[in-house]
Amino acid sequence: MENIKHTNQEFEDIALKVREHIVRMSTAGGCFTGASLSAVDLVVYLYTEFLNITPFNLNDPNRDYLFLSKGHDVPALYGTLSELGFLQKSRLEKHLSLDDHIYWHPNTHIPGVEFHSGSLGHLPSVALGVAMDIKIGGGDNKVICIMGDGELNEGSCWEAVLVANAYQLDNLIFVIDRNHFQANMRTEDLIPLEPLAQKFESFGAAVKRINGHNYTELHEAFCAYPFQKGKLNVVIADTVRGKGLPSIQERADRWFCNFSADEISQLLLELHGEHTTSLTSETLIVR
Amino acid sequence: MTYEELLTATALSNEQVIVMTAENRALVRNLPAVLGKRFIDTGITEQTMIGAAAGLALRNRIPVVHALAAFLTMRAFEFVRTDLGIANLPVKLSGFIPGLLSDANGPTHQAIEDISIMRGIPNVTVFAPADEDDLVKMLPQIWQSPNPAYTRINTRKTGYEHEPFELGKAEIVSIGSDVTILTYGLMFEQALIAIDILKNEGLSVGLVNMRSLKPVDEAVILQTAASSNLIVTLEDHFLTGGLYTIVAEVLLQYQTTAKVLPIALNERWFRPALLPDVLQNEGFTGKQIAEKILGYQTGHVQPTLLTPEFSE
Repeated sequence: MENIKHTNQEFEDIALKVREHIVRMSTAGGCFTGASLSAVDLVVYLYTEFLNITPFNLNDPNRDYLFLSKGHDVPALYGTLSELGFLQKSRLEKHLSLDDHIYWHPNTHIPGVEFHSGSLGHLPSVALGVAMDIKIGGGDNKVICIMGDGELNEGSCWEAVLVANAYQLDNLIFVIDRNHFQANMRTEDLIPLEPLAQKFESFGAAVKRINGHNYTELHEAFCAYPFQKGKLNVVIADTVRGKGLPSIQERADRWFCNFSADEISQLLLELHGEHTTSLTSETLIVR
Repeated sequence: MTYEELLTATALSNEQVIVMTAENRALVRNLPAVLGKRFIDTGITEQTMIGAAAGLALRNRIPVVHALAAFLTMRAFEFVRTDLGIANLPVKLSGFIPGLLSDANGPTHQAIEDISIMRGIPNVTVFAPADEDDLVKMLPQIWQSPNPAYTRINTRKTGYEHEPFELGKAEIVSIGSDVTILTYGLMFEQALIAIDILKNEGLSVGLVNMRSLKPVDEAVILQTAASSNLIVTLEDHFLTGGLYTIVAEVLLQYQTTAKVLPIALNERWFRPALLPDVLQNEGFTGKQIAEKILGYQTGHVQPTLLTPEFSE
């Protein structure tokens, strides 16, 4: 295994700041708070440790690619990109403002966003195309596509897996943010996905299943890339919706949140483990 | 009465009705408990939901299906065309947050070609209520009709009390000889403000709530062309394929013409933000519409815009 460049403490410090950004965006119109908190550790790990993507190589055809197909968790990406110098932190204050392009789904006005998303099940195939071209040209860059578990309901995700298998795209990594919820309820209560690893394996992929909040496990899994020659790589990262905020954690009704200013102050304390927030703002009707 | 109350009453009185959703429950939150097996959530699978609705309709069911308007009309487009259109099955599509109502979601969620693509399918009928009152007055006939139907869901409350609905008929709010605004859906709210300003400026102003875009009220369009100096088509939709196109088609068909000012989104997606900001930025507030028609700035004040009911 390659030596890890960062300590757990360093990852956790960045992740905490990213979570603070997410909480601060969860007001005055709100954002997909619960849905993005589950992806924070994953996104922070990938950008700081695994991927060759920097603010200075965004136009380099030899860079790695990260596609965020689960577009509604973009607050995790906004936070990470701003902590890592891709995006000025002051731009996050323009969330939902006409003065900038920081809204509920990703778009290419944000440095580091490779492609817009929001309609689920699109980017697995876009990532597939990029990986195909890299194979044609003989490059060795890696292509990652982060998908939600609810997103796997969409048939287009599985078409992309079939085609990746046909073209032996071992330079492509599908990462599933397996937080066990889709918008309104637990995945297993609506459209069951398990046994998920076996589903991908039966489609020809090489699969690793890990705790998506554990940096050691993340590193062990991604360092094993490519998992098997000629096979699509799939990482199922088990995560917790709302991770970091016990008052909203694993709650079906806290997918999209629009908190009051007072609740935001309390939630910021809660992130540091110093407080339990009593939430009084209305639970939004989610779709 | 709300959309959900109407749908609940309709489903309870008619065993044929099946309520379906591709995991968009905002409009049907209480229905699983009320309907039991007649509530079907297929997960985030718009195409499969439409195909399944066709199968249910083959067994004499009337599926009322729900998803965000963008995904219902575009993701599942070929399933709507091929499974519902060719077979002419009575499946009723309820598209949520159409047009500008998707506010800060971004272009992926903007259903601003929905009227155009749905009306292009033979047998499919298309409706766009001005507000919640209009919606609940329209839906009973839409749901009883033998055709597939697409409705642009709009649950905003404007306080306006609408006339009873008739398929294929527009609602004439007022008649004017200088200018007549033809509109539908969300923009009705702003059109009411615009006609007040125009009247204050001394114009004779008409307003028509089109409601039924397919079949469309050709007589109202022809009558407006004959009696009003200017027709304004106002819509939160691409210029291509919506009301402006419909008016052009009708005028050409009857070999007549008129002076028409289209207010629509021309070859671009709108800038995402919260709804009041979107209306302002796109020039779609009542005051801006009136000023566009007049060609000059007025001293009138735009009333504060209501915030959206569902901000996500």
